[in-house]
Formats: sequence, structure tokens, C-alpha cells
Amino acid sequence: MRPLTEEETRVMFEKIAKYIGENLQLLVDRPDGTYCFRLHNDRVYYVSEKIMKLAANISGDKLVSLGTCFGKFTKTHKFRLHVTALDYLAPYAKYKVWIKPDGDDPG
Amino acid sequence: MEGQSVEELLAKAEQDEAEKLQRITVHKELELEFDLGNLLASDRNPPTGLRCAGPTPEAELRALARDNTQLLINQLWQLPTERVEETIVARLPEPTTRLPREKPLPRPRPLTRWQQFARLKGIRPKKKTNLVWDEVSSQWRRRWGYQRARDDTKEWLIEVPGNADPLEDQFAKRIQAKKERVAKNELNRLRNLARAHKMQLPSAAGLHPTGHQSKEELGRAMQVAKVSTASVGRFQERLPKEKAPRGSGKKRKFQPLFGDFAAEKKNQLELLRVMNSKKPQLDVTRATNKQMREEDQEEAAKRRKMSQKGKRKGGRQGPGGKRKGGPPSQGGKRRGGLGGKMNSGPPGLGNKRKGGQRPGGKRRK
Repeated sequence: MRPLTEEETRVMFEKIAKYIGENLQLLVDRPDGTYCFRLHNDRVYYVSEKIMKLAANISGDKLVSLGTCFGKFTKTHKFRLHVTALDYLAPYAKYKVWIKPDGDDPG
Repeated sequence: MEGQSVEELLAKAEQDEAEKLQRITVHKELELEFDLGNLLASDRNPPTGLRCAGPTPEAELRALARDNTQLLINQLWQLPTERVEETIVARLPEPTTRLPREKPLPRPRPLTRWQQFARLKGIRPKKKTNLVWDEVSSQWRRRWGYQRARDDTKEWLIEVPGNADPLEDQFAKRIQAKKERVAKNELNRLRNLARAHKMQLPSAAGLHPTGHQSKEELGRAMQVAKVSTASVGRFQERLPKEKAPRGSGKKRKFQPLFGDFAAEKKNQLELLRVMNSKKPQLDVTRATNKQMREEDQEEAAKRRKMSQKGKRKGGRQGPGGKRKGGPPSQGGKRRGGLGGKMNSGPPGLGNKRKGGQRPGGKRRK
């Protein structure tokens, strides 16, 4: 587990910014706690500092996951965003679509 | 009066007894766990008294300590006692809790000279019997050590060999040879020991040429030698079939896991700000370097042209056609590589081309 490098942070932010734009700084700088991005086995996890400190006590090969997985870096270092990030991205999304209960039924 | 005082005394004595008993007996919900071998008592009772004590639980802590110590002492009084030089002593049982190591695990020792040799040659220890039949004393004797089987220093009759000096003392010679062997063995043992202690440090093994180095040591010595040049091994050639050394790349260094959270946040916010701003940012160092490089190239081109002009007979066209590129424009990241790069080829070389180009500038369409 390690923090992201400059390059990796930039790639990740560019991807996330496509969905939530400038609201990304609200993810980085939260009023209700310090949250950070950590890389573990090529996956990026968004985790509060308190939980990260606890997770540091687990050895790397036994650690499966921590916090929320936002996505992973592929072998060629591109960032792929995962659906598990949706809970954090949805409130800040720039474009939202509401669907009525029977709205998606064409007939 | 006296009766009263006697009664009072008795009552007081009884009261004292009761108090003492009360002090000795301690009531606990859960019994403590005792490890008398280590004089250890573990109290598993939930510390409710401490929790509702408030900010300064000093008195409660002291009372708790006194109670637990009392219980421990009570246990000690129940142990079997014995008398040691006029004092009565309780015999503690074996300790049951396992204490952790005081010092770290010892590091593996380096192999001795013989062990290295045996490894190289593939010699494995042969199983030998402990006792050997000794003809001389017709009994089983040990192979080496005290009263060993074939001890040549203990022989009572030694024939003087044909080529030896008749006046030489053969017995003394054997004893002397034995002493030398013992001394040599001791020296080697001490040397192995010294090597073991020295090699606990990061080893300079194999870097001192001894002629007895293994393949790995030689390889490592060669790598170190290759890197010990003024250019840190950049211009050293490799042998035709030699492979590149493993693990010699630059080590990546990452930020610490718990580094400064505030600094991390600040860096990320700065990165976001840069990303979000619409204008391309001016990277001052890159811009100045580019400008300086262009100026240098222009000067070099001009100088070359002057020397060219001097060599040629008659005046050909002067400093040639207009060049693209003029004064370099301001601004940082230029797309498409305009500017300095276009005049990279020295114009003087145009003589070799087919059309016999004139010196000066690129041909413009």
C-alpha cells in the first residue's frame, strides 16, 4: 500500500474530472474528515485516514481491500474507473438523469 | 474499671482481627490468573470502578493495585516452603507465560573455509563410527581425543628412518609436529570466527582477490569494478555474451504511507487547480531553455556562414534567403515544434546536394 505518485494522481484526476468536474476538490478536501487515496495492488482506494492507519497493520499480501475502490491502473498505466466509486461520484456529478419507474418501458 | 478496660481490650483485639482479615481477603468477581513462576497476576475483571472515577482515578488505581497485590501475596503464601540458611523461602513453580525474545534472532554465520571448499567440491560428510579397534592395546578406543586409537606420539618404539639424521630425536619430532598441527587448527578456528564476526556487517566478500572466490563473488566483484569508474560505468563495454546485471536500475522512491496529510492535500489541490485552469501554464524553465538553445543555434549558423563566405571565390549570394523562424515567440508549450528546430541543419553542407544549392537558408517553396 502506498500513496499515489504525481503522475498517477494526475491521470486519475483527469478521468474523474470528466464525471464530476471541479467538484473533485470536494472529494480531496472534505469538511468531515481527512480522506486519502492509496494504491494497493494497482487499485486505488479512497479511504479515511483513521481506517488507513488500521489497515497499515495488515501485511500487504493479506490485505484485500480498504475503504472504497475507485478504480484500478491497468498494465499500461491508464486509469479505469469502477462502479464502486459511484456512491462518491453521484452527489457531485455534473449531468444527472432521472428515470421514472415505468419510464424505461417503451410499450 | 479494670474489667471494663479488659473487655475493651478484648473487643479491640477482636476488631483488629476482623480488620486484618478484611484487609487480607479481597472479593473479586472473576478470579485472577496467576503465573507464580514469573510473579505475574492477570486481572480480567472489567474496570468499571476506574471508568466512573473521572479524570483523576489515582485513588481507585491505588486501591486496585493493593487488592491485586494482596491476592498475589496470598497465593505466594500457599506455595511449599523450604529453609535455606536460616530463612524460610517459598519455592516458585515453573513459569507458564512465554516471554518474548530480548535480543533479535542471530544472523546466519558465513561458511568456514572448509565448508566453502566442501560446497564447491560437493563433498558431503561421511558417517564414521565413534570407536575404532586398536590393535596395540586390543580394545575399542575412540577415533580422536583422549586415549585415542592410533596416537603416534604415544608410541614407545620409533625406528629411525633411513634418510634421517641418526642424532635426531624422533619422539620430540613427533611431539613438535603435533604441536604445530594444533596451533594451525587453532589459528584457522580463530580466523573463521573473526570472519564470522566481521561479516555480520554488509560484506565486502569476494572483493579482495584471494584466488578462492566462488562464481557469485567474482560476478559481484566484477560489477563493482565496472561501476567504479569516473562515469559510474556508463562507457564500459560488455563482453559479447555477457548479460546485463539484474536489479541495477534506479530505485523508485515513493512517498511514505502516513506522510503529512496536509501537504498531500495541498499538492492534490494545486494539481487540480492547474488542471482546471483554461490557459496553458507557462513553464518558465522550459521556455528559457528553449530560447537559449535557439539563440545558440542561430549564432552557430551565422558563424559557419561567415567562414563559408570567406572560403568561396567571388561573391555568391549573400547571407541567403529569409529564414523562417525569426524572433522566437513568447509562450510556453508550443505545439508543432515551430521555431528553433527548423534551422537545425547547417546550411554550408548544401554543396553536396544534387541541385547545387546556394548557401543560405532553406529553400522555400
